[in-house]
Amino acid sequence: MKPSKPVLVLSTILSANLLATSAYAIGENKVPVKAMADALHTVVDSDRSIYTRKVVNRLVKKEKVIKASEYFDDDKALPLPAQMFRMGAEHVAKRIASNPDVNFSYSLQSIWPINKQNAPKTPAEKEGLEFIAKNKGKNFYTEEKLGGQNYFTAIYADTGVAPVCVSCHNKHKDSPKTDFKIGDVMGGVVIRIPIDG
Amino acid sequence: MFTSDNKTYWLIWTLLILISLAYFSHKLWFDNDKTVFMPGELSNGHHQIGMSCDSCHKNAYDNQDQILESCIECHGDNRQKPFDSHPRSKFKDPRNADRLVKINALNCISCHSEHQPAITQKNGLTQARDFCVHCHAGIADERPSHEGMAFDTCASAGCHNYHNNRALYTDFLIKHRDEPELLSSRTLPKRVFADVLDEVANYPHDRYPVQALSLSDIDKPLTVETSDQIKQDWARSAHAKMGANCSACHIPLNEDGGAANWTNQPELNACTQCHGAEVKHFKRGKHGMRLQVGLPAMTPALARLPMKAESHGTELQCNSCHPAHSYDLVDAAVEQCLSCHNDEHSLAYKQSAHYAAWQQEQSGQLPAGSGVSCASCHMPRASYDVSEWLNRIMVQHNQSASLKPNTKMLRPVCMQCHGLEFSIDALADDKLINNNFQGKPTLHIQSMDMAKREHLRHSTGEQSDD
Repeated sequence: MKPSKPVLVLSTILSANLLATSAYAIGENKVPVKAMADALHTVVDSDRSIYTRKVVNRLVKKEKVIKASEYFDDDKALPLPAQMFRMGAEHVAKRIASNPDVNFSYSLQSIWPINKQNAPKTPAEKEGLEFIAKNKGKNFYTEEKLGGQNYFTAIYADTGVAPVCVSCHNKHKDSPKTDFKIGDVMGGVVIRIPIDG
Repeated sequence: MFTSDNKTYWLIWTLLILISLAYFSHKLWFDNDKTVFMPGELSNGHHQIGMSCDSCHKNAYDNQDQILESCIECHGDNRQKPFDSHPRSKFKDPRNADRLVKINALNCISCHSEHQPAITQKNGLTQARDFCVHCHAGIADERPSHEGMAFDTCASAGCHNYHNNRALYTDFLIKHRDEPELLSSRTLPKRVFADVLDEVANYPHDRYPVQALSLSDIDKPLTVETSDQIKQDWARSAHAKMGANCSACHIPLNEDGGAANWTNQPELNACTQCHGAEVKHFKRGKHGMRLQVGLPAMTPALARLPMKAESHGTELQCNSCHPAHSYDLVDAAVEQCLSCHNDEHSLAYKQSAHYAAWQQEQSGQLPAGSGVSCASCHMPRASYDVSEWLNRIMVQHNQSASLKPNTKMLRPVCMQCHGLEFSIDALADDKLINNNFQGKPTLHIQSMDMAKREHLRHSTGEQSDD
C-alpha cells in the first residue's frame, strides 16, 4: 500500500527538520542524528540477522545439533535471536554507563508482545509501531521528551523472515496474535539518541 | 549583662563543647570504632562490619551512585548470576523514566536502606512490600490466574524473586509437576576441582605439578619440628594426593610473587593460591566478610544468631572449619558447624532424616553424595563461574548466598532430592524449618496449581475461569 501524500510530506518535513537541528558529535565532526540512528540500526539488525541465519538456523534447523530455547540456561540451548538482541541492548546500556561520550539505547518492541513489558509505552512508541506496521518499508522518526531529556527516536520495522519466527510467535502461550505470516511486520526496533533542546 | 552567675554557665557550656569536640574528633580521626556516629542500627546483613564505615561510605559525603558502587563491590556477582531480572540497564532505558519516579530502581538503597531498623523487613527490605504494583498492576490481564491477588504476596515462597524472576516460571513448574516428595535418584553433584586443574589459570602449576606425594617427599626444613600425626594427616589428605607439599602452605608466595619465609601459621593468602574462588566466596559470606573489609576475623561472639558459649572466641578463617593437616571434609560438613551454631534448626539436625541419610552415607550404606549434611544445603555444590570464561562444580563457601530468600535453595539444594512442589511448600513452612524438616509441610503454596491451570487453559484453548 502506498503511503498517502500528507504522510509523505509530513515525514519529509520532519526528517529535514531533524537533520537540520540535530547531530551526533564525534570529535570535531557532526553526524546527523538520523544517519546515526540508521547506522546503529544497520549494525544491530545485521548482527541479529547473521546470528539467526549462521548460528541458530544452521545449527537448529539444518544441522540439527542443538536446540534454541527461550529458557536457554535451563535447556542448555542457544538463546533465541530476539533474546540475543535484548542481551546486546542491555550490554550496551551497561557499557555506556562508563562512557558518557557515547549515548544511545535500543529495544525490541511490539504491539503484539509476548512479554507485555515490551509493549509500546510512550506516545511516540505507540504511534511509531502502528506506523511501521501499516506502512511497510518505511521507518518512523520523531522527537520525544522522557525524564526531562529530549530524544531523537527512530523506529524500524522488525519483520518475520524465517518460518520459525512466525511459528514460534503464533504458538507461544503468551502471544496475543497467532496468525502471523512470513513477511509480516511483527514488531519494531526503537533507537533513542539524546539530543539538546 | 555578664553576671557572675551566667559566667559560670558560660564556662560550663564552653567546657562541655570543648570536651565533646575533643571526644568526637578523637573518634572520627583516631579511633577505629566509629559506631558513635552511626545513625541507626545496621541490618543483619551488615552488622558485622559496622566498625568499618568506609566499606560502604567510601567518602564522607557519598551520593547514591557512590554508595551503589560499594553495594556492587560485594553483591554484584550474586545479583547478576544466575540471572538478574531487573538489571540497572533495563531502568536506564529512557522509556522507563516514568517508572523511576515511582521507585528509583537504579539504586540498591531505594529498597534496601541501611540504619533503618524500624522499617527493615525480611531480607533487608525497607521498601513497602507491594512495590511490584508500580510496574505490574495489570498482571491479571496477561495472567488470569493472578486475578485478585494482593501485591504484597508476590514474593511469597515459591513465587517471585525481584532479582531473579527466572528461578521459577510456568514452564519450569510444569516440567516438574507431579514429582514425588522424594525423588528416586538423590545425589549431590560431584566436585570437579581436580578434573579442571589444567584449566584453572591461577593455579600454581609450576610450583606444584599435579602428582601424588608420599611421606618421603615431605619438603619441610629440617629445623622445623613436626609430629608423626601431622605427617600422617597430610599424607592421607587431598593435598598430598594432588602434589601440595608442606611448602605450598607454609612458604606461600608474597604479593610480588616471590616465596616468603616459612610460617608455622599459614593465613588466608596461603589458601588463596589454589582455592581463590572458594576464598572469594568465603569473604562474601557472614563467616568471612569482616576479613574482606580489613577487620579482625569474625567470632561467634559477634553473631546475632545463638552460638555455643565455648565457641565464642573462635576466629573464623579457613582453618576454623578445615583444621590442618587432615582437611577432613566430612568433619567440616557437620561437626564443625555444630561446634558453634546453637539455634533451634541446628540443634534439631541430628534428629532429622537428613542426618540419618548422612550417617548412612558415611557408613557406606548409601552412595557418596546421597547424605545430607549442614553443608549440603547451606554450602551447595553447584556450577559457579570461577572466571569470565570458566565454570566448575564447587562448594559455595558463601553460605549466606542462598539463604535470602530461601527459595534460592530450591534448584541447587532441595530439587537434588525432592520434588519441586514439596520443596516449595517445605521452604515456606517456618515451623518445619525450625525443627529441621522433621515431618511434612503444613502449608501449601499455590504456584504449582496456578501453573497447571494456566497450562491446561493454554493446551485446551479454553478461556480461564479464574
